[in-house]
Amino acid sequence: MPNGVLILAEVADGKIAGVTQELVGAAQRLNAGPVSAMLLGSGVEGAASQITGVEKVYVVDNAALAQYTTGGYTAAAAAVAQQADPAVILLGQTNVGRDLGPALAYKLGTAVAMDTIALEMKDGKLHTTRPAYGGSARAVNGFATSPAVATVRPKSQDAAEGGSAGAVVKVDADLSGVRTRVVERKVATSEGVRLEDAEVVVSGGRGVGGPEGFAPIEELAKLMGGAVGASRAVADLGWRPVSEQVGLTGKVVSPTLYIAVAISGASQHMAGCSGSKNIVAINKDADANIFKTARFGIVGDYKQVMPPLIEAIKKAKAEG
Amino acid sequence: MHIVVCVKQVPDWDIPPASFKVDEAAKKVVPPPSVAPVPSQFDAIAVEAAMRIKDAVGDTKVTVMSLGAATARDVIKHGLAMGGDEGVLLVDDAFNSLDSHGVATVLAAAVKKLGDVDLVLTGRQAVDWDLGVTGTYVAEMLGSPVVTFAKNVTVSGGNVTVERVLPDAYETVESPLPAVVTVSNELGEPRYPKLQQIMAAAKKQVSTWGAGDLGLDAAALAPRMTLEALYVPVVDTKVEIMEGDTPEEQATALVRRLKEAKLI
Repeated sequence: MPNGVLILAEVADGKIAGVTQELVGAAQRLNAGPVSAMLLGSGVEGAASQITGVEKVYVVDNAALAQYTTGGYTAAAAAVAQQADPAVILLGQTNVGRDLGPALAYKLGTAVAMDTIALEMKDGKLHTTRPAYGGSARAVNGFATSPAVATVRPKSQDAAEGGSAGAVVKVDADLSGVRTRVVERKVATSEGVRLEDAEVVVSGGRGVGGPEGFAPIEELAKLMGGAVGASRAVADLGWRPVSEQVGLTGKVVSPTLYIAVAISGASQHMAGCSGSKNIVAINKDADANIFKTARFGIVGDYKQVMPPLIEAIKKAKAEG
Repeated sequence: MHIVVCVKQVPDWDIPPASFKVDEAAKKVVPPPSVAPVPSQFDAIAVEAAMRIKDAVGDTKVTVMSLGAATARDVIKHGLAMGGDEGVLLVDDAFNSLDSHGVATVLAAAVKKLGDVDLVLTGRQAVDWDLGVTGTYVAEMLGSPVVTFAKNVTVSGGNVTVERVLPDAYETVESPLPAVVTVSNELGEPRYPKLQQIMAAAKKQVSTWGAGDLGLDAAALAPRMTLEALYVPVVDTKVEIMEGDTPEEQATALVRRLKEAKLI
């Protein structure tokens, strides 16, 4: 009889990644039996003790898992799932989770709910809520098969704090069937804070008029220890790199504070930022869609608003 | 070389948010009447990826496949106008309310029926449900390796080499063919068909297959997931517009409110 919740821990540079404790928190709140974690990789066993609030940590530590491959991680995760026999499996909607989720679900004869933002047990079964249609709608899904597999959007769940580390259970997996090979992997070096991790994002839209319009946006982002984002139009026009694009075809961000400068708030863009806890909109069009989801707004020309805003924030920071 | 591109027809995703409506009882989106369905953006880019391979290696057949209503013929024709050679339309009453697993089951069965397929390309996700699972399910059903989020796809010597898009890294993955690759927007804009190509596409062959042609019964298509509700989220934030006669006053008011809300 399947029981409990199994979460996928993620490691970066020997440290457990932020989404892991968020998944533990979500798993605990489901109140669906014991919470365990699985840790997959090469030389990762030492990180197991960093995961807290779990009963067991299933570890597949194998040189063949040094690089992520769909086939390798699917085989390893499936081996753990078969041994742990959970009712629910949760992964982060991350590089790894969004690729592994569907492959693992298929391997286990079940299905996956992707990019969920809310999870609930009803009559002993998992129900998930996820954004659809670029965030314009919410879809609630149930499962006809078991285990229920879901990927969870980072920062959508409160992290579990405290609790003790789990007992390490080593699991062997047959990784001989992996057919893809990572030929090259280069970690992109970006200055400042990663867009997806930033607590503050300052984004600019086509309304800034040109690449030079991003100067005050960069200044404000730097001042607030945040990252710069851009609308699709801006990326398409080449004013900013595609890596800064927020939206349906770009990145999904959920910062505490999202400052949208001269962004109208098209569905395409809102899909990437509607998970932000607080949106501030600066736009000269009082009817712009962005004001419908913003908490605070300034109706005005960004060129005139940004300099005094930067000064006022500098002053506020100096006052502490 | 035979490449199959799976293209989904979706309501135009770039509509103004105010026109977005959901029939909560039917659990369906009601597209605005004036808006024509379009190919899902990432899938059009997958057609582009196929055409680039065809341009590079020559002697390649590209089949454009779509599952959906009879209107999905339009997105197939669009792919054929971009340079695809043949189309396959998968339409059947039994296909009307499939979940992702069911959709993948039909697509995989159709790829198997074609028989000699080396590479299956599709978008990294459909722009309506944003799931991003179909490509992987199809790969698993075909027993093929899958590589997701491609920004560049090249084929040589029985292998496919894929540059993957990751938020914090660049990765190049090699896989033997046959394989499935899902394509991301960083690959670039899909080519725009010329009038001459659009006219030529009208003459290209589109086969129509149903559940019977693919040997699929109701059990094979049974949903693994259920949709229990679909709704437009209520936005409970009412925007607070900063008062002030000058930008300075507005900016000062905003900073005061951000401070009160402990956001700075």
